[in-house]
Amino acid sequence: MARHRNVRNRSYSDDYDYDDVYGHSVEEDSCLSPNDSSQWLFDRTRNSQAIAHFLDSHDDIQEEVEEDTSMSSPSALQRGESIDLRSLDLSEEDEAKLMSCLDELRNVLGDTVSESVLIKSVLHHKFDFNKALDDILNSKSKENTKTEVPKLPLVVIEPAKAPVIATVNTPKVIVQNLEPKTLGIIKGFKVGKDEGPSSRPGTPREQSPCTERSKEQSTEKVKAKENKASALSQYTKERALDKEHLYIVVIGHVDAGKSTLMGRLLCDLGEVSQKTLHKYEQESKKIGKQSFMYAWVLDETGEERVRGITMDVGRAQFETKTKKVVILDAPGHADFIPNMITGAGQADVALLVIDATRGEFESGFDFGGQTREHALLVRSLGVSQLAVAVNKLDTSNWSQERFDEITKKLKAFLKQAGFKDSDVTYVPCSGLNGENLVKPPSEPELLKWYKGLCLLDVIDKFSVPDRPISKPLRMSINDVFKGTGSGFCVAGRIENGMISKGDKVIVCPTKEAADVRGVSINDMSSNVAFAGDQVIVTLSGVDMQNVSVGYILSDPVQQVPVTTRFEARIVVFNVKVPITKGYPILIHYQSLVESAHIVKLKAQLNKTTGELVKKKPRVLGNNSVAVVEIEVSKPICIEKYKDVKELGRVMLRVAGVTIAAGLVTDIMST
Amino acid sequence: MKLVHRSIERDGCGLVDFYKSSLFCIFSYINTMYSNCRVIALIPDESEDMWHAYNLISEGDSVTASTVRKVQTESATGSSTSNRVRTTLTIKVETIDFDTQACVLRLKGRNIAENQYVKLGAYHTLDLELNRKFSLYKPLWDSVSLERVEQACDPAASADVAAVVMQEGLANVCLITPSMTLVRMKIDITIPRKRKGFTQQHDKGLNKFYDAVMQSILRHVDFNVVKCVILASPGFVKDQCYEYMIQTAIKTDNKLLLDNRSKFLLVKASSGFKHSLKEVLQEPAVLAKISDTKAASEVKLLESFYTMLQLEPAKAFYGKKHVDRANEALAIDTLMISDKLFRCQDILKRKEYVTLVDSVRENGGDVKIFSSMHVSGEQLEQLTGVAAVLRFPMPELEDSDDADSDEE
Repeated sequence: MARHRNVRNRSYSDDYDYDDVYGHSVEEDSCLSPNDSSQWLFDRTRNSQAIAHFLDSHDDIQEEVEEDTSMSSPSALQRGESIDLRSLDLSEEDEAKLMSCLDELRNVLGDTVSESVLIKSVLHHKFDFNKALDDILNSKSKENTKTEVPKLPLVVIEPAKAPVIATVNTPKVIVQNLEPKTLGIIKGFKVGKDEGPSSRPGTPREQSPCTERSKEQSTEKVKAKENKASALSQYTKERALDKEHLYIVVIGHVDAGKSTLMGRLLCDLGEVSQKTLHKYEQESKKIGKQSFMYAWVLDETGEERVRGITMDVGRAQFETKTKKVVILDAPGHADFIPNMITGAGQADVALLVIDATRGEFESGFDFGGQTREHALLVRSLGVSQLAVAVNKLDTSNWSQERFDEITKKLKAFLKQAGFKDSDVTYVPCSGLNGENLVKPPSEPELLKWYKGLCLLDVIDKFSVPDRPISKPLRMSINDVFKGTGSGFCVAGRIENGMISKGDKVIVCPTKEAADVRGVSINDMSSNVAFAGDQVIVTLSGVDMQNVSVGYILSDPVQQVPVTTRFEARIVVFNVKVPITKGYPILIHYQSLVESAHIVKLKAQLNKTTGELVKKKPRVLGNNSVAVVEIEVSKPICIEKYKDVKELGRVMLRVAGVTIAAGLVTDIMST
Repeated sequence: MKLVHRSIERDGCGLVDFYKSSLFCIFSYINTMYSNCRVIALIPDESEDMWHAYNLISEGDSVTASTVRKVQTESATGSSTSNRVRTTLTIKVETIDFDTQACVLRLKGRNIAENQYVKLGAYHTLDLELNRKFSLYKPLWDSVSLERVEQACDPAASADVAAVVMQEGLANVCLITPSMTLVRMKIDITIPRKRKGFTQQHDKGLNKFYDAVMQSILRHVDFNVVKCVILASPGFVKDQCYEYMIQTAIKTDNKLLLDNRSKFLLVKASSGFKHSLKEVLQEPAVLAKISDTKAASEVKLLESFYTMLQLEPAKAFYGKKHVDRANEALAIDTLMISDKLFRCQDILKRKEYVTLVDSVRENGGDVKIFSSMHVSGEQLEQLTGVAAVLRFPMPELEDSDDADSDEE
């Protein structure tokens, strides 16, 4: 009968997909697991013998026999022997017995064995369930050894492997088969069977028997699955020839020369045309700020140029020997730290720029300066590799003492902040002169004592962190704007998974469905983008008004949790005012800033060992570690740290000062 | 608020019979002894008074006020007509409903004084109206209620300030009155970031945002009443916004804005969320303008509590259990308590808090009742609603917190 073949070709990846995700059991999506549902829910396809009564042409069976050529003969034979119940001439009682035995067997075997085999063995053993089962299992193992049946996905139980195998053979087979052969009503059921217990357990009844539709669906589905399961392979295919992408955030105290350093680097690398540079030079001269000419490469708005400070994250890209580097130039001014957090949240590594001028370093580093806060922030945001550019060293005539003095102070601090010594590189340089940026130093004073690499090589030596490509899609939105053409664009970073043109995504926390119309990476349109990429996605299907900064684009099936209350383990920095219950804070989470308050202080922990010091502390002072419960004024999307690292980090700020950094440990349902 | 008539004595009976068209209630009369009268008649004359009334009236009290009621009359022939009658009713209050946005107080309850239109026991909802007298009868006038009356009748305290806290894309337009902070409007607009090539979308978004802020100021701020308008933001948003408003006012010839230019005050705030008002109210420039408003003093007090908590944790406590224990030891120097606790339904609980307040006062301590409508009051409310700064450290309290009381 028609359905037998389909048993084999079922796309099992559907069944097992759920298991890929942590903390997401099958039961959550349907009230019954596929196994249970097959037991308890009426499934029309299951009892199709009844339907067989209505079909005149049992001859249809013959058509099934010729399979795709790859099928080996024994299995084909097996199929040809499929038995129509009616042809067995059983008494009603026997038929009932047979049915119950079949049910039992299916409970054990699932759909792994064709029905004809089951019926035959049941009849053979005179409706004795146990014997029949033994018989079938034995014969099956024999069969497996002697024949080269294309590896049936059903044998595979480990969820991890299932999707891979499914894509290797099954999907194509289905598509090819359906087209030429199966006409008529049977097919409707057949496809129903195909999809039924898979991704939408217990819904085959809803499936219309309309052939056209189900065909389309199944092909579409298969394609989608193929995409997803092979994300990794696709990634390697797409990116194998390409250089690795690296995102680097430039941080440091205001006026340390971050923008100038980066501007100069870009100019020296030839990313900026002589013409534009000349223009900047002339214009900056006009307003008497010639030293800002390089900074203007990144500071583009009039406001920023007039005031001479970076206000929002500027971005630019260049290539090194082995990498494609995107720099995010963060503002250094204390008022714009929210913007800096947005930038740092998207970065893989950081470049800390230090002003080596006497007095400037001290004011930027000692209390009140942004050097400390920035370094703590990037560390808390998950950046572990750091390059320190000791800038403006020319002002102290490239003195080694000064360099050593600065590095010594920084080393102590950075170690305390949680950076490993081996992950931090110190580079003396001068942004305005371009010394030791792209080429090895030429300054004799510097050459005397410095033997290390130039800045570009240091950047080149950063290692790119692992990208969680095979996880479900999560993309945080940090900008919403009108693009050209229809729809609107959101920009952001893909934290997890991949996104491709034509995908359906859910905009959370509003949970609206949207279509991906286009994807572009670094202003180049592309078909797919993977975790770690900064992309601009054109969306349609939702209103631009309903999407705002801080939202998450999520996989439609495995959605990101939405909540107003969560538990976090926080590390309190230097605070002027201690943290108590009910303390109003701002939480910075990716690009999202939201007001919140601490509702409970659950426990205070030992800073190094993590042991419980005090339950329900009254107050949290400087440098303490604690578990607290935070309530946000609006629902936000958040993930536990252990599930998605990037989305499990929050920053707590009060009155323009970062007071704590936290990891999400639990999400309360609201 | 004007006190028209009062006939009460602290904690029970006693009477002041006093008639005057304006305030200045004379408390020296309090001790005059009469019996059985515990009535106060008040005339609210600004919306803020509704807030006081809300804090004054509790369930079980009786209120007499003039109101409008639809009355159905049946004529001798059996045809019925209904018309609206203005009548004076006395009800026993069952539910109290305060609309913070419109500043309207609704009291629902049964009629306890029958008149020709309304039967005894019929339900009625009184809408307290401005400039109309209402009388409040309480079975028990405690110190907190009396203080509230006094405070409500104090004209010096009223000074309104409008404040706009903003950051790029988010603004809260607030009105600060002595005992309330009302968020009149929240503006939340997504502003596209600057990006290579087109910065004009960013500028356009900003202008749209500033325009929304300006419209909201024009709509919600009454320049005749308001002493000053504070624009607060991180970075340059406030300057740009002010610049935009003045430019637009010149262009559109908006006299109102141009004339009141001097009332604007630009202050630094760390964000555009409501609770950054706290920082704004601590700013010296603002303090000079609004000097002694309740809002500013509350913020200062709460701040001092936190500083104490940081420096000498054994001298600052919160939570009812701790504060009670500290009070027993006569240790409380300043008690901060949220007025929400006095509004609670449970009469016994309210009584507990009143006794706490009284005993702290008796012992020479200072009691500050925070308005739960201010940002500082909101924070105190989150912090169990009651906190105290002590005269001397009590480290034994700190150690004794086993099963915390603040599980509310």
